[in-house]
Amino acid sequence: MAPSQVQDISNTQLEAPEPEHCPGPESESAGKEDACQGCPNQNICASQLPQGPDPDMSLIHQRLSVIDHKILVLSGKGGVGKSTFTSMLAWAIAADEDIEVGAMDLDICGPSLPLMLGANGETVHQSNSGWSPVYVADNLGVISISFMLPDPDSAVIWRGAKKNGLIKQFLKDVTWGEHLDYLLVDTPPGTSDEHLSVTNYMKEAGIDGALIVTTPQEVSLLDVRKEIDFCRKANIRILGLVENMSGFVCPNCKGESFIFKPTTGGGRKLCEELGIPFLGSVPLDPRIAKACDSGECFFNDYADSPAATAILDVVDALRDNIEVNMKKLSI
Amino acid sequence: METETIGEAPVSLKNVKHVILILSGKGGVGKSSVTTQTAISLVNKGFNVGVLDIDLTGPSLPRMFGVEDKQVFQSTAGWVPVKVYEGKKQEDSKKGNLSLMSLGFLIGNRNSSVVWRGPKKTAMIRQFLKDVVWGGGDDKHLDYLLIDTPPGTSDEHIAIAEELRWAQPIDGAIIVTTPQQVATADVRKEINFCKKVNFGILGVIENMSGFICPYCSECTSIFSSGGGKTLCESLDLTFLGNLPIDPTFVELIETQNDKSKGENKSLVDLYDDSPLKPVMNEVVEKILAKNYPSRI
Repeated sequence: MAPSQVQDISNTQLEAPEPEHCPGPESESAGKEDACQGCPNQNICASQLPQGPDPDMSLIHQRLSVIDHKILVLSGKGGVGKSTFTSMLAWAIAADEDIEVGAMDLDICGPSLPLMLGANGETVHQSNSGWSPVYVADNLGVISISFMLPDPDSAVIWRGAKKNGLIKQFLKDVTWGEHLDYLLVDTPPGTSDEHLSVTNYMKEAGIDGALIVTTPQEVSLLDVRKEIDFCRKANIRILGLVENMSGFVCPNCKGESFIFKPTTGGGRKLCEELGIPFLGSVPLDPRIAKACDSGECFFNDYADSPAATAILDVVDALRDNIEVNMKKLSI
Repeated sequence: METETIGEAPVSLKNVKHVILILSGKGGVGKSSVTTQTAISLVNKGFNVGVLDIDLTGPSLPRMFGVEDKQVFQSTAGWVPVKVYEGKKQEDSKKGNLSLMSLGFLIGNRNSSVVWRGPKKTAMIRQFLKDVVWGGGDDKHLDYLLIDTPPGTSDEHIAIAEELRWAQPIDGAIIVTTPQQVATADVRKEINFCKKVNFGILGVIENMSGFICPYCSECTSIFSSGGGKTLCESLDLTFLGNLPIDPTFVELIETQNDKSKGENKSLVDLYDDSPLKPVMNEVVEKILAKNYPSRI
């Protein structure tokens, strides 16, 4: 079936915008809550929604069944390096030619992955079987909304419901080929529509877990705590936490300074406090920003830099964590 | 529905002279830091300033101003924002008052997450603009209301644009960016958003532009350099200035009101000695020089 023929229930049939305190047209109590009284959509929500599971769920499940590991990259705070880390993770894992990697960018209002992976300006192709991702290497595919925008500067001014529709299509319609070893899902900051949707839609197919990215200062840890709380509420396993931008070594005098001071103990302390694995810290390196801007692989050019070693250590720890978990399951 | 409010400015803005939004498409570029510093700089000039934090899932401003443990009170007129600084009450002080409203004050536990979909966020923002009593206390008006926003162009932004649609004239938006291309790409989207919803743009601040090594004073551009200026030139916007990375500012925030060190000073007073103060002062002067008319 062509993707466009599948109707999106949550969007197309509502008569009016969702009111305040709307439980969400997809929720089980849609049309039945107090807030639904008097809403023009009440009848639609209450009667026309299929009772029981969403029929798209099985399509999503089918589509995701070719993927071995699904990892979410999360952080409550913006600009801590979620996309940077997703791209590093993608490059690092895809360095092994036998491993197929996919990267999905769910940051709809501010997509950065295409630029960082050097796929800016590409477009997604639609075929009979679905949308094919943009391949930046033989074994590394990327999907992002920026491949669908008419102009790179155009703003995507969408409310939550519309974003959910696109996320569902990303999960349902993107063709990852016959087999994919890793799907890395980059998310926007916060704990809102995108996060709820992706966890709901992927629940059946199973998520391996979440990688949490933070920076050392308390202002950032504060938001990250909220994200961890979200993971616990949503039953997502936390694979570990990585502390980005911790420390900076001056290229001139080699003096180390802590730009974002870990006044409350940083990521390590947070991990001890909440009992989650600490995967490591990655220092600031101006060359990372440069590599991301030009969409080049950081490891190719600066394989021996301390930042590259630190990132690779984190990637190894993360993969160990995932694969150990898989073995446990198979026993 | 909103039909009955058409044509009327939100109730809470009736005592507010100027409204400034702080926007950026990208997260973590320092919207909240810039909001904090703009607020303090305006307070230093003797204005009464209110700050509204509409980042609902990641409110940082209570922490920034060191008022995380304070609470919002309900009065007959509505919600009374938290008082951060009262310059008007101190003798021989020329500083103004500063108050803050954030969802952070309404959440019981600082670790718990606010997992809300769009409609609920929209309702919350609408309530903020309807129910908060700005300019309570001795002064019956607020000179500046700064609105700090979350990253992106989504529910919160549509909601605030809808609410402010009838509140013209508002001064406009300060756009915050960091120098690298990844950030300016998102910021361009935000500028397009502003154009679509008729927010004027006061100018662009480039934050985190360069870091001066404390050992050798060498300036390193950690996140490249010049992105903000290039952006302004290509889109014909006012460039408000470069803010360097200053670890001591982070330290100021973390150590304010620290009684253990015998220093019980608020951030507004501590900021007097910050190297960022003159830079930010210049930015604020540039905004004030535009001489926007007061709303009331």
